[in-house]
Amino acid sequence: MVATAYQDFGRSSGQATSPSACFHCGLPLGAQAWPVVVNGMARDTCCAGCQAVAGLIAGQGLDAYYRNRSAFAPTAAGQRAVSKFLEFDLPSVQAGYVRQVDADQSEVALLLEGVTCAACLWLIEQRLLRMNGVTAAIVNFGANRLRVRWQTQQVKLSSILAAIAALGYRAQLYDRGRSEILLARERRTLLWRLFVAAFGMMQVMMYAYPAYVADGDLPADIERLMKWAGLALTLPVMFWSATPFYRGAWQGLTARTLNRDLPVSIGLITAFAASLPATTGGPGAVYYDSISMFVFLLLGARLLELNARTHAARDQDWLARLIPVLATRLPRYPDRLQREDIPAALLQPGDVVEIRPGAPLPGDGVVVEGNSSVNESLLTGESKPLMKRPGDNVIAGSVNGSGVLAVRIARVGEDTALAGIVRLMDRALASKPRLASLADRAAAHFVFALLLVTAASAAVWWFIDATRVLPVIIALLVVTCPCALSLATPVALAAATGNLSRKGIVITRGHALEALAKATDVVFDKTGTITRGHMSLIGVLVMGRLSSDAAIATAASLESASGHPVARALVEAGCNLEKTPVGALRHTTGKGMEGIVDGQRLRIGSPEFVAELTGVAPPLELAFVSDEVTTVALGGEGEWLALFTLGDVMRPDAKYVVESLSSLGTAVHLLSGDRTPCVARVATRLGIAFFSGNATPAGKLDYVRKLQAQGAVVAAVGDGVNDTPLLAQAQVSIAMASGTDVARLNADVALLTDHIEPVLTAINVSRRTLRIIHQNLLWAVAYNVVAVPLAVLGLVTPLVAAIGMSASSLLVLGNSLRLRDSLTSAASRE
Amino acid sequence: MEILYLLIPLSVVLVFIVGAAFWWALRSGQFDDLDGPAYRVLMDDDSHPQ
Repeated sequence: MVATAYQDFGRSSGQATSPSACFHCGLPLGAQAWPVVVNGMARDTCCAGCQAVAGLIAGQGLDAYYRNRSAFAPTAAGQRAVSKFLEFDLPSVQAGYVRQVDADQSEVALLLEGVTCAACLWLIEQRLLRMNGVTAAIVNFGANRLRVRWQTQQVKLSSILAAIAALGYRAQLYDRGRSEILLARERRTLLWRLFVAAFGMMQVMMYAYPAYVADGDLPADIERLMKWAGLALTLPVMFWSATPFYRGAWQGLTARTLNRDLPVSIGLITAFAASLPATTGGPGAVYYDSISMFVFLLLGARLLELNARTHAARDQDWLARLIPVLATRLPRYPDRLQREDIPAALLQPGDVVEIRPGAPLPGDGVVVEGNSSVNESLLTGESKPLMKRPGDNVIAGSVNGSGVLAVRIARVGEDTALAGIVRLMDRALASKPRLASLADRAAAHFVFALLLVTAASAAVWWFIDATRVLPVIIALLVVTCPCALSLATPVALAAATGNLSRKGIVITRGHALEALAKATDVVFDKTGTITRGHMSLIGVLVMGRLSSDAAIATAASLESASGHPVARALVEAGCNLEKTPVGALRHTTGKGMEGIVDGQRLRIGSPEFVAELTGVAPPLELAFVSDEVTTVALGGEGEWLALFTLGDVMRPDAKYVVESLSSLGTAVHLLSGDRTPCVARVATRLGIAFFSGNATPAGKLDYVRKLQAQGAVVAAVGDGVNDTPLLAQAQVSIAMASGTDVARLNADVALLTDHIEPVLTAINVSRRTLRIIHQNLLWAVAYNVVAVPLAVLGLVTPLVAAIGMSASSLLVLGNSLRLRDSLTSAASRE
Repeated sequence: MEILYLLIPLSVVLVFIVGAAFWWALRSGQFDDLDGPAYRVLMDDDSHPQ
């Protein structure tokens, strides 16, 4: 095959790939590139991980992947070592996940992470099928699931997992008890019902057709035969396909509400009951074609609804997957030699577990031994790993850094902080948004009115023409459509919620979308929202022999053991640079660090602390540094090497977000506890007209109250404990990813990525949602205003009624589902 | 027209047979992934070395 040109594609927003992007994952290349040869061409990758993966793919002759993919691969930086999977060979871990197919074959369902496009699934399948002993590997693209079957004698599950990991994907054992599986089963049943209805409809239509065209010329015996055939095929539709409607109506009745299933059920049963005597030779018409078509179209709408719910459930399910499958228990702690691997679900409070480097924590607990940095970013939003020492609390789902920890488990399973966050998401799903409950109530009134109208028209038609009573009431019951009210609104909300949560925006309360859409004012708390909320390196001034990169690398190496915010900022700045070996590291509290680099004693810290070592007068530049930033110096014996300035920098997307919000007609406000001139400068730079400095929590609260008194709908964006009153007072509150737990737990919307742009996305999507709900309601009103009088006047046959009603439902559903994958342009601009 | 007495019952039986076939297809998971096969056809995997 000729070497084809590889496609260039942006990381989702269509920007062209620059030559300085990693060939494999598309991330920008650092100072050092890792070359790899794919199909005879030299390519650069960003890290050893991507290099290894790309090399493996090329080496296996699978480079067609690169020609066919339509998105970059997940980055392979920092992937798990292969030996880590050995634990998955233990019978106790496999129990409940691995299914024994026959004597020497097993099968497992795996959940894949990192699948970005269709070429990925080809790659995974091909790689696995080439392993000795793997007999089947099928990826489900829609659900990111992989089913593998293998010969237990020839290959082990750990090797399969390792092979997937070597390609840069992550695979997890798939728990069958999850809601998603239940939904999948529901989907299968529904598909089956739908198919029965579809085939019944097609065939019954064939039997009904001669009677329509023959117009009474059909021999009576043939007509009877057709009716009987129609009955035979309507029976499964009536008694199997349509059962969800009867059940729904019955459940509604027992709960003393009138729901959308009730008129449907009455219509179906009436039509069927009216057709039976006609079939056995009595007078009247048969409605088998109307029944089966009505059921088919309604079930089609239900399938779309179920798909939307499945997507929403899947989007919200990822947090629960952070808990590892397996834990290493130390049954006789402090004896650390004796250890056993047990399923994490079997851990009890009080157990001591060992956490290896890179492993996630199985439960909340307290460190009893060891030092390590732990990344809690998914729960607290704290993006930098925190140093944990004996006595410190750790939380389930956070990821251990480089050290080994022994942790005494305090809470597992449903009691963990992680489970709390998952419950938070569930709360949003469970708490019915005002809009949805409003729609439900309206639907109930609607159904009641419909039943009254039906009874009245039946009575009137009884006196005009008794033979037309049944067709009229069937048509009336079938043609009216409460769907736009009771079906389309929840689907629109679910689609929007799922869409947002895929973008890292978690709606935790039902009313949030509506309030966001109506927000007239957005109030930002400066620290942590407009700005990053933590120290970052702003500038470097080199004075000696070192280049600025070398100075940052040296500083980062010296500071790597310190947990001070300044040190963390320097370590972050130097994380892409090669580390300098440091010896004899010493920490002076509140002043800085000292260590030996290249045989020279160096100090980093406050200028006074470094001056003690240099013995030379501090550089003159120090006098020009503004008070608003923190200055850190680096120096050796007799020389000053560099000055670093650090501060809380503005988020790069802040200006864009503020401008976009203003152009949407939303007033933007900036409140901060910082000094007023400082706040004013930030506000001017961003073009924010309303700002207030020196604001106390009570002051912020007053500010919002005043706005609300003028009729404003306020959305507040904050991150800290001191913002909690502000967030509570506003009609809708958004907590930043870097925010504290308290802020996040109380907010209506929690952001999971450390950017401010999602605020804009959330407002955009919510406005769109509200617009679509309004469109649906408008359609429902217009449709029924036309359809009901026509049906009452007897101008609609049951068949036309079935088509009209179903078309209307599908229309509103389709309109709602537009929310599922829209507005990616604004979210992926950064 | 008498032939209809054979054909129509036959068509009813046929529908039930097709229904059973679909039931089998559904059970064997052919409808679980409706997105993947559309992409799968684009990947030609006959070029790789054995």
